[in-house]
Amino acid sequence: MIEIIKQPWPWYIAGPLIGLTVPALLIAGNKSFGISSSLRHICAACIPANISFFNYNWKNEIWNLMFVLGIFLGGIIAAHFMMNTKEIMVNPALKTELTGYGITDYSNLVPKELMSFESLLTLRGFIIMIGGGILVGFGTRYAGGCTSGHAIMGLSNLQWPSLIATVSFMIGGLLMANIVLPFILSL
Amino acid sequence: MKKEKNTTTQNGCSNENTLPHKWQYNLKYLIIGVLFGIVFVKAEVISWFRIQEMFRFQSFHMYGIIGSAVAVGIISVWLIKKLKIRTLEGNPISIPGKKFNKGQIYGGLIFGFGWAITGACPGPLFAQIGSGALAVTVTLLSAVLGTWLYGYFREKLPH
Repeated sequence: MIEIIKQPWPWYIAGPLIGLTVPALLIAGNKSFGISSSLRHICAACIPANISFFNYNWKNEIWNLMFVLGIFLGGIIAAHFMMNTKEIMVNPALKTELTGYGITDYSNLVPKELMSFESLLTLRGFIIMIGGGILVGFGTRYAGGCTSGHAIMGLSNLQWPSLIATVSFMIGGLLMANIVLPFILSL
Repeated sequence: MKKEKNTTTQNGCSNENTLPHKWQYNLKYLIIGVLFGIVFVKAEVISWFRIQEMFRFQSFHMYGIIGSAVAVGIISVWLIKKLKIRTLEGNPISIPGKKFNKGQIYGGLIFGFGWAITGACPGPLFAQIGSGALAVTVTLLSAVLGTWLYGYFREKLPH
């Protein structure tokens, strides 16, 4: 049993569990599943700077900050007590492609060659960590939600604007991963 | 530190009394978050490599996860509405609808770019840091900055 838990979980276990977050939050306190709003609450709490978009009582949304704090803690628990030390299994085609960019370390979920404090000093790492992060924060708020708020919560509630948002996420990702990212990775 | 400053300037001391109660009240969301974060890590949803595979159509894994999560979500929401299920405290459940605006397209594309670069949506960023990728804190802070920039330029952007 413990061995099974330590293996990577298949999609048909993980997907339904993630889907159950929707009713869990609704039943816990009528909360709609969404994660990117937490970034807005952090802005409202720390750097509102008289911007009307951040001028609201973020304390009413503390549940959302507790939720993301939980995700952080869940990350700690899973990584320390529930992992085997095997490398991540990756499609051979991707492996070949990434080797060309000097990415060969599969011991972490996040490639060390890209996401590390040292790589921040390189143009490639700077664009990926800081540029990418800004795009994530800017885009999710502009779209009014992220994968959780639109793709999972919005679609669960059959909201067609969320379908438009989800399709846009995918188109953006496809364009970036296949056309622009190769240039960034070869920097 | 900054948070405390804000507390005193914006809200005074009047709701100090309700804070301990509220904190405990919100504990259930922390627990749901923990379970959710564990699934994120264990299913490798937070892996940069899995996101690259997804956007190259090299693996079914992420599509299976998002697809089955949505399926379970649709059934759950339908059941909650159908059976008029209430919250733990007995309050009715209402889900605010999403209104269309062009931001869902423009912002959606921009987020898609960021998702493919960082290999993470906002949720996985928190789990990645927890799982030991401390440098991702920089990406998370950049995402906070990105959100702030959106708030700053909001009025000038097409919606």
